Amino acid sequence: MKPAPFTYHRPLSIDEAARILSDVAEHDGRIIAGGQSLAPMMAFRVARPHHLVDINEIAALDVLTIEDAALRIGARVRHARFIPGAIAGPTGELFAKVMPNIANYSVRSRGTFCGSLAHADPASEWCALATLLDAEIIAHSVRGERRIDVRDYFDGAMSTTLAPDEIVIEARMPVLREGTRTGFYEFSRRKGDFAIAMAIVAFSVENGRITSPRVSIGGAEPYPRRIHEAEAALDGAAPDAAAFAAAADAAAAAVDPMEDAMTDAAYRRDIVRAATRRGLEQAMQ
Amino acid sequence: MTKHTIQLTINDQTRTISIDARKTLLDALREDCNLTGAHAGCEHGVCGACTVIVEGEPVRSCLMFAVQAQGKTIRTVEGLAQGSALHPMQKAFTEQHAVQCGYCTPGFLMLTVAALEKTPHMDDEALREVVASNLCRCTGYENILAAVRIAADDMRRRP
Repeated sequence: MKPAPFTYHRPLSIDEAARILSDVAEHDGRIIAGGQSLAPMMAFRVARPHHLVDINEIAALDVLTIEDAALRIGARVRHARFIPGAIAGPTGELFAKVMPNIANYSVRSRGTFCGSLAHADPASEWCALATLLDAEIIAHSVRGERRIDVRDYFDGAMSTTLAPDEIVIEARMPVLREGTRTGFYEFSRRKGDFAIAMAIVAFSVENGRITSPRVSIGGAEPYPRRIHEAEAALDGAAPDAAAFAAAADAAAAAVDPMEDAMTDAAYRRDIVRAATRRGLEQAMQ
Repeated sequence: MTKHTIQLTINDQTRTISIDARKTLLDALREDCNLTGAHAGCEHGVCGACTVIVEGEPVRSCLMFAVQAQGKTIRTVEGLAQGSALHPMQKAFTEQHAVQCGYCTPGFLMLTVAALEKTPHMDDEALREVVASNLCRCTGYENILAAVRIAADDMRRRP
């Protein structure tokens, strides 16, 4: 349970971090922010990076603001920051709804939003939320800055299209329109455990009809994605039990669930169905 | 491997230690500072027995490398009591029988003290949520909650 040896780097600026990572990336150099996923993997020696580049002393990564109707989240913003009121509007309400479901109180005081995106665990709540909100991931390297659409970002379970020398410095996402309704539901066997599946939803109701529906499913497949079949079932429908059941059925049918020793595909599909329906119902409360 | 010389302020005392980068804060506290109050349980961030307070935040010290704590202010269970006067949380844990084997206790104390110092007024649901962060395998959660409720009142009454 002791990590393998590594060389430690503590840059004070984004450019310095990029320079160091560019030098050490080919020797399995890794960024560490909160370390709440990487440190356990190192304890198990599933990860044995030869270099750790610690970005915790880079104050420029603290940004958490809404600018030009887009929410900007810097790489040092920890989960616990997303308390009610931290971000205005329905986007902030949704972040505050999701946040308490991440791990536990202590981990949330250290782990980061961007770190979750970089780690790309299939059951990451933030990855599912970034997917719902059509986020852009801002990757920085000595070659410059690259903006990656979230749809092109995930590449499998715990795998992304980031290059080894790129640092996620920020995530940016358009904020939800005023009046948008949101819901979140996840199921896990124990408090704080990895979710078997989760649904995050957002929609508006205009003249008694659902408009701009979004349904993001996490935990079920190797990475989260918007389920357009479920969104189509909602679009233009009255926000009632029948529409929610149709959307939930569509989501359950659309996913290609991961299987493991505890959870077969049919069970996970059922959880997707229930999570979608409950997320939608919550949005109406 | 290069040794890193770091300075930590632990329970109001400044300490300078020399450690490998891979040494966790937990191991540095226990082995290099002779502070064995923070316990090594799972050593991968699940159980919370190693919880200490870093810059006012509860932190699993097995998930932080000591080198990352350079210049930081740390509080461990050894610093909770003032001389022979127990901290309200320690007192309540004792009186409510929130301790059975005691292995998880230092982690629970530091977790709940940090949470209540940050947010003095927490409803019962929030307190349950905080306590759910750490594992007690003597199944003492109800007693732990009873202790935390009493200590929360006590802490609010003190300056």
